[in-house]
Formats: sequence, structure tokens, C-alpha cells
Amino acid sequence: MRTIEPDEIDLLATGAWILGAGGGGNPYLAGLNLRTLYETGTRVSLIDPMELADDDAVALVSSMGAPLVGRERLSDPRFAVKPLVAMQKYLGREVRAVMSGEIGGTNALQPLMVAAVTGLPVVDADAMGRAFPETQMSSFAIDELPMLPLVLADIRDTELIIPRAESPKWMERIARKALTEMGSVAATCKAPRTGREVKDHAILHSTTKAIRIGRTVHEARRRHDDPIAALVEAEKGAVLFRGKVHDVSRRATEGFLRGTVRIEGLDGDRGASLELAFQNEFAAAWRDGEVQVTTPEIICVMDSVSGEAIGTEMIRYGQRVSVVVLPVPDFFLTQRALAATGPRAFGYDFDFRTVLAGRGQ
Amino acid sequence: MKRIGIDVGGTNTDAALIVDGKVVKGVKTPTTEDVLGGVRTVLGLVLDGEGAAGLDGVMIGTTHFTNAVVQRRGLNKVSALRIGLPSGASLPPFVDWPKDLAGLVRGTVHMVRGGHEYDGRPLVPMDRDAIREAAGHISEAGVRSVAVSAVFSPLTNECEVEAAEILRRENPDLHVTLSSELGRIGLLERENVALLNACLQDLAHKTTRAFVDALRDSGIQAPLYLTQNDGTIMRAEVAEAFPVYCFASGPTNSMRGAAFLSGVEDGVVVDVGGTTSDIGYLKAGFPREANSTVEIGGVRTLFRMPDLLSIGLGGGTEIAADTQAIGPGSVGYRLTREALVFGGRQLTATDIAVAAGVADIGDRSKVAGLPKAMVEATLRRMREMIAEGMDRMKTEAGDLPLLAVGGGSFLIPDTVEGASEVVRVEHHAIANAVGAGIAQVSGEVDRILSGMGRDRALETAAAEARARAVASGAEERTLKTVEAEDLPLAYLSGDTLRVRVRVVGDIAANARRPERSVA
Repeated sequence: MRTIEPDEIDLLATGAWILGAGGGGNPYLAGLNLRTLYETGTRVSLIDPMELADDDAVALVSSMGAPLVGRERLSDPRFAVKPLVAMQKYLGREVRAVMSGEIGGTNALQPLMVAAVTGLPVVDADAMGRAFPETQMSSFAIDELPMLPLVLADIRDTELIIPRAESPKWMERIARKALTEMGSVAATCKAPRTGREVKDHAILHSTTKAIRIGRTVHEARRRHDDPIAALVEAEKGAVLFRGKVHDVSRRATEGFLRGTVRIEGLDGDRGASLELAFQNEFAAAWRDGEVQVTTPEIICVMDSVSGEAIGTEMIRYGQRVSVVVLPVPDFFLTQRALAATGPRAFGYDFDFRTVLAGRGQ
Repeated sequence: MKRIGIDVGGTNTDAALIVDGKVVKGVKTPTTEDVLGGVRTVLGLVLDGEGAAGLDGVMIGTTHFTNAVVQRRGLNKVSALRIGLPSGASLPPFVDWPKDLAGLVRGTVHMVRGGHEYDGRPLVPMDRDAIREAAGHISEAGVRSVAVSAVFSPLTNECEVEAAEILRRENPDLHVTLSSELGRIGLLERENVALLNACLQDLAHKTTRAFVDALRDSGIQAPLYLTQNDGTIMRAEVAEAFPVYCFASGPTNSMRGAAFLSGVEDGVVVDVGGTTSDIGYLKAGFPREANSTVEIGGVRTLFRMPDLLSIGLGGGTEIAADTQAIGPGSVGYRLTREALVFGGRQLTATDIAVAAGVADIGDRSKVAGLPKAMVEATLRRMREMIAEGMDRMKTEAGDLPLLAVGGGSFLIPDTVEGASEVVRVEHHAIANAVGAGIAQVSGEVDRILSGMGRDRALETAAAEARARAVASGAEERTLKTVEAEDLPLAYLSGDTLRVRVRVVGDIAANARRPERSVA
């Protein structure tokens, strides 16, 4: 167990935002909350999953909803704690630590906010290794661990506990409906995992990975090197396309932000165009009509100059961007995981594809 | 076609007389403390022998408001009213502001219940009593300017508009800035823009008055425009309420002026003023627009701005006598009183340049006694700052032309690492006045369209924006779409979209009194 240092909050926010694949919500506000808490002397501890006892209970805390909404209805640590308190009361037991279900985007920092208020440590792991739009895309769900009960807390004085559901898909459907009513953002706490389950089924050391990615980008910027080149080199990714955003189409449906982005090529990609489809996160990329990369591979759109990741809710006409592909953890390339997170799970009629070499297509 | 472009910088006030697309005269005079004197002087100089007859317009660009924020001067107290509880309580207004600036302008801060959901439903009923109570506290505190923000106000501004009515009922003299008039989705950044706008109200009023008086004193009948961040113009009486829209007009004008004067359309423009150097990337004659949040005086904002890097180095930059630290303080418009070469007592960047023999300004003998090694080391460090700044703005590894402009451009050497050449353009010292003089007209449409599908909605809005630009005096064939976006409004029936399209173009030669359209 170690203390997360003050300078690591910004690094984690940068790394988590990149791993968000365009979704997951910009962690800036969660980071701002943490910095405010750190200024008053609060510190958060990070615990290695291997330090957990097999029968420890670990609560999965997150914020659920459309990223755009989070930019208006700002996150608040006291609100983030509400579903954990309700969960402990419902189960009649205390948890040993908290962890993130999703290292991509603002949910990477959600357990830190809860930890800052409660004093519990944060487990260095998550269940996605990136951001995904739905709970059944997590490693815990794919490995068929029981996902219930689920607690949702609304900003108003409303809490919802789903003790039972036919399947994770059903839990997600019911939760989504409730979420929409709550204004497309809610604080959640998912079924606590045992220490053993975390060790066997989580994506391990992903908080450390996100901090590392943040450090790569920040250090490249400080050296005036190209942060995008530094990122793809360090994380074994690739630059898929460089260009200018030409058209963005968005629609908010069933609590998701769906849409497409068309990018006209610049530099080496001049004359070509790239189309991206997103459902909260970027899900697939077509170059001149040909599928190049699909989910679950991590597709990020970054400002070509600053290397700042650009979210699907903020991408706009005229931006100069680089589309980057980073490898998703190998767990997600198994047939079983691809069934839950591959393009067909998003309604596309084609199979997983990637431009990264040696990744079993 | 006869126009005067004026740039009121922190140090100098410049003017350019542009007749039929040619710069026929350029003049420069120190900015005066009251602004008015300097503007009156340049108008006198530029119109000397010409007369004010037949003038189509006077376009003024000014960095006055930006300098005020950066230097924390001339700002009025502002109260913040945010409508959005129970959300966002842990991140109150001013939360991410630099502490010194917040300490200077923060009046009272009020957070009340209300705001909207993304789908247009109320978040919770707006707490009107709390707003009335806030109005009382604001009056008691003697604050006269307030910024109002509400959750999801870019989608529906009902809460902000009603709150403004309540505030004005309680206190009719209060100046109210609504965040929905200035910013985009992103509560904190939009609120920050509104707060900055609100803390500049006194200065904006005073400055615009000075401009109007200067024109009147000079016998000019032509309309007065202020230039905006994107290189377009706004009637002065409209511009006065929105000083934040003038924030980057100085650098934008200087970049567009540099491109116009040099004929170089792609490169890096380094504009060395009196207080700062602004470095921007020029592509096809236009500044690259900032993709993400832009910090102004350390405050995070998100609105239409050129992508600029501002470094604290200008002709008036103070050099500490003991440590030789460069800036960030500047004597600004007091250069001709306080710099050594003008008989003052403050060592400045200009003094170093004169001592090193790269500039010939004022009385050279006054800096003859400066140690040679110190002069050379300081000049080298200033040049390194410029080279590094240029490097940070480049998108590619290759060398690009550097366009050296501004009154302090003598600080830029003839060779700069990373620059294919250093281009010094004619009239370079008044590039921003030229840029103001060639400013364009815009047309904007921001409205809710339904039942026609996205493509047709965008086409409809674009056609209307073009018509508005033409009505405002733009040449139709020069119109370009600079912004086109749609936001879905899921709570309304059918396919309802909020569509925003903005076009800009050159002023048509026959347009006598162009007016800015208000969407």
C-alpha cells in the first residue's frame, strides 16, 4: 500500500482520459475535487490487489451516465459516497477497500473521491482496462460473477437498489431506464467483490498504468517532444490517421451519446477520409469506407498539437486531430470477451479488427 | 473603400489608413493612461492632410481587457450566482481560478437550487426566494456586476433570464452577464467566461466611451466597430457589453495583418508588443483556432479563440537589476517615461536591445554604462524565450517562416532556430492596426429547427447565416463557414435540433454602413 502523491492526480487524470477512448467523461472535474481535498491535507492510499485477503470485500464505485451531463452537473465527493453507504447498510457489512469498475475517464477517479471522504484505500485495478458504455462489458460480467445488488443514487434524495435481475443485460436495461429519469447521471455502487475475485478476474494494476500513460504524455510535453508519438511508442499503439474534423453528428438516445465523426486527411493522409462511430466511446473506424479498427481496441482522438484527448461530446468541426489506437488488455481478445465487447455487441455486422500487429484477428 | 484600423495595445496605439485594400499610411503613438488621448493623437496623425470625409468605418482592436486580467488591473468586483444545486456544491464559482485573481475580484458567491436536465426538464424547481436573498447580499456588499450561470443554460436559458429579471428588480443598476450568451456546454468554463466578462464591465464602459469621444473629437462621422477574437467586427455599442469577445482581437489582428502585409499565408507569427509576445500559427492567412480550453490570466475558459501562446516578453518588460530576471512585469505604456533610454530608472528589454546595438531608440548614452556581459546574456535569454515559444506552437518538425511583427520585434534576431527565414514585413510595427482595418463581417444563426432532418436543418441555417452576413455588408463570394454544429434536443417532439452556423466574409466594397447581425 502506498500514498498517491499530489502530482499523480493530474497524471492519473490525463492517462484515464486517454484510456476513456473518447468516453468515460473528462476527469478534470473529479481531479479538481481531489486537488481541493488534497489542499486541505487529505491523502488517498493505493493498495496492490495482491495485498488483499481472499475474503476482503471491495466495493466498485462509479459514476454512470452521459459524459456531456457530467460537464454541467458537476461531480461531488459527498454524492459519490452515497451509494456505498446505502450498499453497506443493505448488506449489513463494511468493505475493506474501493475500486474502479472502469479506468477510462472520470470513473478512474471516482474511487479516489470516495476514498478521500471515507479513508478507505483504492485497489490498483479495474474491470475494463478502458471505458465501455455498458456494465456487461466488464471482465467481472464476462467471467459471469454475480453483478448484483446494484445501488444507484440520484442527486435528489432518491436511491435505487436492484437486488435481483435475470442477467447483467437486464440489470443494465433497468438501471439505464432509471438513470434516464435521474437526468442521465447517477452515482453507483456495484456488488462488492471478494479479494480473491479481484485477483482472479480484475484488470490488474490499471491505476498504475493510467498514471504511467499520464507521465509519458506530460514528460513529452515538457521536453517539447510530440506527446502522441511518445504515447504510441511507450504503449505499443499506432497513429491511425491525421486530419481535420469535417462533420460531427450526435444524438442522445436511451442514456447514450451516439453519433459519427468524419475527418478529412492532412499531411500523409491528405485525400483520404476517416469515419468514426461512437456510442459514448469510439467503437469503430472506417478509412474511405473500409473498416480498420473496432472495439474493444482503444480508439482515441487527440489534439494533433497538444496531445490532449478529445471526448466524443466535445469533438467539433475544424479541430486538427490524430486518431490513435492503443491495445486493449489481452483478456478482451478472447472469443468470450469479444462476444461481449466486439463490434457485433454494438450492433455492427462485422468482426473485430485492429491495425496493431499480432493481435489474433 | 476607406477605413481606419486602430490597435490600442498596452504600450502603443497604432493606426493604419487603408484605401481600396492598400495601406496608405501608418502611425504610432504611445498609449495614454486615459486611452482617449492616444486614440485622438493617432486619428489626428493618420487623417492629417486627408480629412475624415468619405470614411467607411473605424475599426478598433484592443488588448486592453486581456492586459487588465493578466496584470490584475482595473477590474471591478463581481458576484457569482449559480443556479444548479443540489449538483456541483463541492466546486463553487471561482474554484479553479488563480488565488490572487479570485481574491481581487470575488464579491459574493451564491449557489441556489435550480437549473435544467440535458433533456430540458427542470433539475429541481428554481429557488426564487434564494435569488432575491442573493440580490440583497449583492447590494449590501456594494457589488454592481454579477455573472449568472445555470446548469444546462446553453440548451435552455430560462433560469438565467428569469434570475436576471429578479436581480434587476431588486437592483435596477446591476450589470448582469448571462453565461448562456457567451459560452458553450461545460458549466465551469462557461461560468468562468461570464465572470471574466462581468469583472471587466467598468473598464469596458470607460474604454468604449473614450473611443467614441476620440472619434467625435476628430470630427469622424463613420461608424465605430470593435474587432473580435475571430477577426470579425461588432458595433461598438454591442461590443461594450461583451469585452471577453475582444480578448484575443489584438493578436488575431496582428496575425491577419502580418499575412496581409507579407503575402506569407503559412507560418508562425511572433508579435512582440510592450508587455507580451503573442505567438500564433498562421494557416491560409488565418490563425489556427484553439481546440480546447484556453487559459486567460490563469482562468480556464472555453469559447471561440485563436490558438495563441503568450509569453511575458515585450519591449517594456522589466529586467530586475539584481537578478536580471526577465519580467513578467512591464512598464507598458510608461516606457517613454520609465525606461533608461528615456531618462527613467527602470531597466527594460528595450534598454538591453539598445545597449546591445540591435535597436536605436531613445538616448543610447543612458545605457552605455551597462555591463556588456550582462547585456549579452540577457539578450540571449530573451531570444531563447522566443525560439522556444515558436517551437511550442509548431505542428510539424519542419522549419517554417517566422513573421516578425509588433513594436518590440527588434528583440527577434535575423536567424531563429526552427525558422526557415525571419520575414520582417513593411509596416510590421502596425500589423495589428492593419489587421483591424481589414476585419471581416460575420453572420450567425443559432436556433431550434425541427421536422426537417439534420442535413436540411444545417443547410437552412447556413443559407440564413449567409443572408445575414450579406445584409451586414459582406461580399457573398468571400463567405466561408467557420462554424457549423447541431445539438439534439431529445425532450422536444420529432427530430428537433439546436443548430448553430457562423459564416464570415470580407466587407463588400459598396457597403457603407455594415451592421453586425444579432442572432
